Amino acid sequence: MSIHQLAVDSASDNRPLIITLFSVFVLATLGITVWAGRQTKDANDFYAGGRSFSGFQNGLAISGDYMSAASFLGIAGAIALAGYDGFLYSIGFLVAWLVALLLVAEPLRNTGRYTMGDVLAYRMRQRPVRTAAGVSTIVVSIFYLLAQMAGAGVLVSLLLGITNEAGKVLIVVLVGVVMILYVTIGGMKGTTWVQMVKAVMLIAGALLMTFLVLLKFDFNVSDLLGEAAKNSGIGHAFLEPGLKYGLTPTTKLDFISLGIALVLGTAGLPHILIRFYTVPTAKAARTSVNWAIGIIGAFYLMTIALGFGAAALLDRNDITTSNKAGNTAAPLLAEELGGPVLLAVISAVAFATILAVVAGLTLASSSSFAHDLYANVIRKGQATQAEEVRAARWATVGIGIVAVVLGVFARDLNVAGLVALAFAVAASANLPTILYSLFWKRFTTQGALWSIYGGLVSSVVLVLFSPVVSGKETSMFKHADFYWFPLENPGLISIPLGFLLGWLGSLLSKEEPDKDKYAELEVRSLTGHGAH
Amino acid sequence: MDTAPASDRPDDQRQQEDSPYLEVQASAEFGELRRTHRSFAFPLTIAFVSWYLLYVLLSNYADGFMDTKVAGNVNVALVFGLAQFLTTFLIAWWYSRHAAAKLDPQSAAIKSTLDGGA
Repeated sequence: MSIHQLAVDSASDNRPLIITLFSVFVLATLGITVWAGRQTKDANDFYAGGRSFSGFQNGLAISGDYMSAASFLGIAGAIALAGYDGFLYSIGFLVAWLVALLLVAEPLRNTGRYTMGDVLAYRMRQRPVRTAAGVSTIVVSIFYLLAQMAGAGVLVSLLLGITNEAGKVLIVVLVGVVMILYVTIGGMKGTTWVQMVKAVMLIAGALLMTFLVLLKFDFNVSDLLGEAAKNSGIGHAFLEPGLKYGLTPTTKLDFISLGIALVLGTAGLPHILIRFYTVPTAKAARTSVNWAIGIIGAFYLMTIALGFGAAALLDRNDITTSNKAGNTAAPLLAEELGGPVLLAVISAVAFATILAVVAGLTLASSSSFAHDLYANVIRKGQATQAEEVRAARWATVGIGIVAVVLGVFARDLNVAGLVALAFAVAASANLPTILYSLFWKRFTTQGALWSIYGGLVSSVVLVLFSPVVSGKETSMFKHADFYWFPLENPGLISIPLGFLLGWLGSLLSKEEPDKDKYAELEVRSLTGHGAH
Repeated sequence: MDTAPASDRPDDQRQQEDSPYLEVQASAEFGELRRTHRSFAFPLTIAFVSWYLLYVLLSNYADGFMDTKVAGNVNVALVFGLAQFLTTFLIAWWYSRHAAAKLDPQSAAIKSTLDGGA
């Protein structure tokens, strides 16, 4: 009997336990949300949590916001199936934080207010740039949300034995409902607390599993690796780069593309950027990023044990039968290590992980809709705080619905791969614009629009015509074939293009950059004067 | 009613305010602060991105090197990967130390001048 079947069976025996654990988590976090909601009185509370979080708390929340289903389920699965090549995700996801630390976190906190759009539109013509920032934020967040929805559907299918389509749809809908509640009731305060709780749970769960895996090999990492290589049926190539990405020159380019997208994407992710606004000063933002790097780094080190542990202790067929892309490797490993109880616990942790991140993503997109699009573009700055917050709440519902509908389609894609796409869009559209805005005095409105829309359109179009969407077994539309772009990640083309367009757009514009505004931006970004 | 600050107001509402910022931007102190920040952060960014890309490229194209076993089943590739972790932690620590020692005092001084009443 395959381990997947065993897991499903033991899951069904222990269904009450699993459902109980899930419910406990959801109810506890909804309770926190309601408590936080009572303290959310104005826009400052809703968008930025009153800027009352400490560096450590925010660092924990950033970790909770960042380590998504991709990190936990996706990377474990990627390493379990592709061996060493999966490890690139761990490294890229971590190194990326240095871009945020060195170049983005502090200046953003010093100059912006609630959204990424605040900084991008600072010295530009407000309406067009705010619109672009809003569009980009929502697109990146939707991609990222897709990945989380996929993870949720897969997870709950495994555990609740739900194999029919209606059941899977129901789960995705439930996730959507809970995330809407988190954000509409709790705003940034509620979301931050949920993310902190989840971070603690995730680290604890990963530590436990890592310990148990290492215990099986007497803490000999070399033995663990050796067994992983043997058990995968692939031998020593499993531990070497190139198993998945080294097959052809094209796949090698894909590896580079993925690598670039990961390292440059983090500092352009809107749901991460807004976290820098929840602390009182730029220095606290710096502290929080340092904490996040420590926590996230520790977690990614543990993915070595999780991924190779899964390869060593599970049958490869079982992993792929359960989920083609390997998204269930981590819970299956938990079952192997600690039986149905650990399976239930780790699954609750994974579910918590998903909920915390979708809350953050939804908050980022609805904040951007309300603050960038509604308040500044549609209402031209005339909206009251109450109206703005109300718009944010309605936007939350809308975005939740979109995420649910799209999530149903994205089930068989590897979760880490989907997230990597979000990173590519963020790195192509957002990062060039942020860096040019902060550091280049000749940057103009046209440059900003060219880099945001150019980066966004190029990465989305390339994805649309890539094997991710059609032409392969794992594509979204597996029976269609209209791909001509050979790489699964567009970063290699779209990221340099985003930078190029920002530069070109500025040089070719007739408009002169606003010197006064640039002086204000530059001085404020480095000194913190006038920070909100 | 919430009065939005200058950066939030749409174009037609932004007034030409008396800007102390131009003066500060041109000052020697601010130039020093900007120089201190950029001369550290920019080269360091290029360095760690290049180091990371080196790792990616070697993984792709230097199979023989990366496959070499170092200790038991641990090969160069894994050591290189772990080195990326180590350098990340080190760079974060180094930047924070530098910022606290060099940037923070300078920026606090300029900020208090501005706060004091430009």
